[in-house]
Amino acid sequence: MSITAMPTTEIVPARSWYKRNEIAVTPWLFLAPGVLFFLFYVIFPIFQSFNLSLYAWDGLGEARYVGLANYQELSTDRAFETSLWNNLKWLVLYLLAIPAGLFIALFLNQTVTGIRLYKSLFFFPFVISQIVVGLVFTWFYDPTFGLLNVMLGWIGLGPINVLGDPTLVTYGIIAAGLWPQTAYCMILYLTGLNAVDPEQIEAGRLDGAKGWRMLWYIIIPQLKPATFIAFVVTIIGALRSFDLISIMTNGGPFGSSRVLSFYMFEKALSEYGFRMGYGAAIAVVLFLIMLVFIAYFLWSMFQEERAR
Amino acid sequence: MFPTPIEKTPRAWQLTYQSLLPLALLMWLLPLLAVALFSVKPEADFVGGGYWSIPSYFAGFENYGRVFFDSDMPRYLMNSVLITIPTVIGCVVLSSMTGFALGIYKFKSNIWIFFMFVAGNFVPFQILMVPVRDLTLDLGLYNTKTGLVLFHIAFQTGFCTLFMRNFIRALPYPLIEAARVEGVSEWRIFWFVVLPLMKPAMAAMSVLIFTFIWNDYFWAVVLTQGAESQPVTAGITSFNAQYRAAYHLMSAGSIVAALPPVAMFFLMQKHFIAGLTLGAVK
Repeated sequence: MSITAMPTTEIVPARSWYKRNEIAVTPWLFLAPGVLFFLFYVIFPIFQSFNLSLYAWDGLGEARYVGLANYQELSTDRAFETSLWNNLKWLVLYLLAIPAGLFIALFLNQTVTGIRLYKSLFFFPFVISQIVVGLVFTWFYDPTFGLLNVMLGWIGLGPINVLGDPTLVTYGIIAAGLWPQTAYCMILYLTGLNAVDPEQIEAGRLDGAKGWRMLWYIIIPQLKPATFIAFVVTIIGALRSFDLISIMTNGGPFGSSRVLSFYMFEKALSEYGFRMGYGAAIAVVLFLIMLVFIAYFLWSMFQEERAR
Repeated sequence: MFPTPIEKTPRAWQLTYQSLLPLALLMWLLPLLAVALFSVKPEADFVGGGYWSIPSYFAGFENYGRVFFDSDMPRYLMNSVLITIPTVIGCVVLSSMTGFALGIYKFKSNIWIFFMFVAGNFVPFQILMVPVRDLTLDLGLYNTKTGLVLFHIAFQTGFCTLFMRNFIRALPYPLIEAARVEGVSEWRIFWFVVLPLMKPAMAAMSVLIFTFIWNDYFWAVVLTQGAESQPVTAGITSFNAQYRAAYHLMSAGSIVAALPPVAMFFLMQKHFIAGLTLGAVK
């Protein structure tokens, strides 16, 4: 008797639900922890702040619904107006970091010995915390011993107290902020310049393009991705400015260097009182300003995604 | 290459360039060099009003010694480490998963979830401040390092997901298809195929997050108070209150606080710049 091979009609076990839907389910399993975390700490709080801005609340007792009263108060609040103007100054002047960064990048885009170290050292200010940058510049501006006034003294100009002068103070802080921000833009452009197509430059040279014309018509268009990122990070940085103001002037003198982000903190969470609802209203205004830019960024990204 | 390579320019400009370089650098770092100089001057120099004189003797060891042994600085530094490292680990874990899901799979809401992360990453901190503070209070984590770490992980996941997802998008997709044809299960594809390829992205991201978190000041002030849980950025302000006008100690303290990210940058420069400039080149 011989063993005949049985036809191997393998009984397919009913595949589990997970196995059948693996490709559809897996992304959600992978997303779940990150998305939940993000929802709870970032997305929901945005809506909670919107809601809170309709209440008067000291952070401890019962919140009292006041409708749009917080916003009405904002419209007559002089300190709010000052902060808004200062935010505008920040937005416009902070963008100087982009051309300044491009300028330094062009200056450093050479291959001489030690240039790598030079590039790193020029980038240095970006790595340091803004708190330290703020301290460094506070001393730099100091009217009694600051280097700025020492240097002004050499050319016969009197000492100026940048951080003590209500008209100068915001510009002084923005200048301090431009220091690391320019370094950031510089590194973006250095990377961008590395990838510029040498053939186009040669072609441009043959056509007689030189200097500025070469830069404007051939180099800058190719740096567009770098410029976009520089623009995004600079706008965000300008609207997030908080650390420098907090450490350099604490909003002063006479509240003249406040911006919305700082004023909000002051209203909601400092010795000036715990007006959470009013603070939330300020934050909502800041958020709406930012939203314009966020929408633009997302729209640009969306166009790019579709182009792929 | 633009501008014209220096080798091809007239000799005179070459020499000018060579001497301009160190001069420009000196100007650029001047405020910082001043602080470095302050930090090695003895106290007596300041009392005499000689802020910019050459140090009468090198007091570096003395000043830095006092920062390390005579103040709360080591505690703040330790807190910073205990906040920064878990945050980096948490972000890498969460975002390699979200990045994988959004980078590999095609499903309807993919782009919207991605945009949620990107948009959330751009919002001003202030709109989150009060609710996040409340949430942290409710969880009983106010004024703890854990509370700060949890928030940082959640918030940075936005940026990290953007980063990881774009990196994974650039990987060769046929690799994943081939693995699927072989019958490799999805989580094994993640673990054995994609994860090993993500190492450079993880390194770049870790250095960036390390720097961001180490330098964070706003959330440190909102979610913590006091030396038992505050990181060094917040600590330096109380350090300064303690040593007001003791410029030699303040500058030494500032330099100590700034040093770890700087060291990180110089050690991991390639990754750091690769991370920062991701997307700056098409």
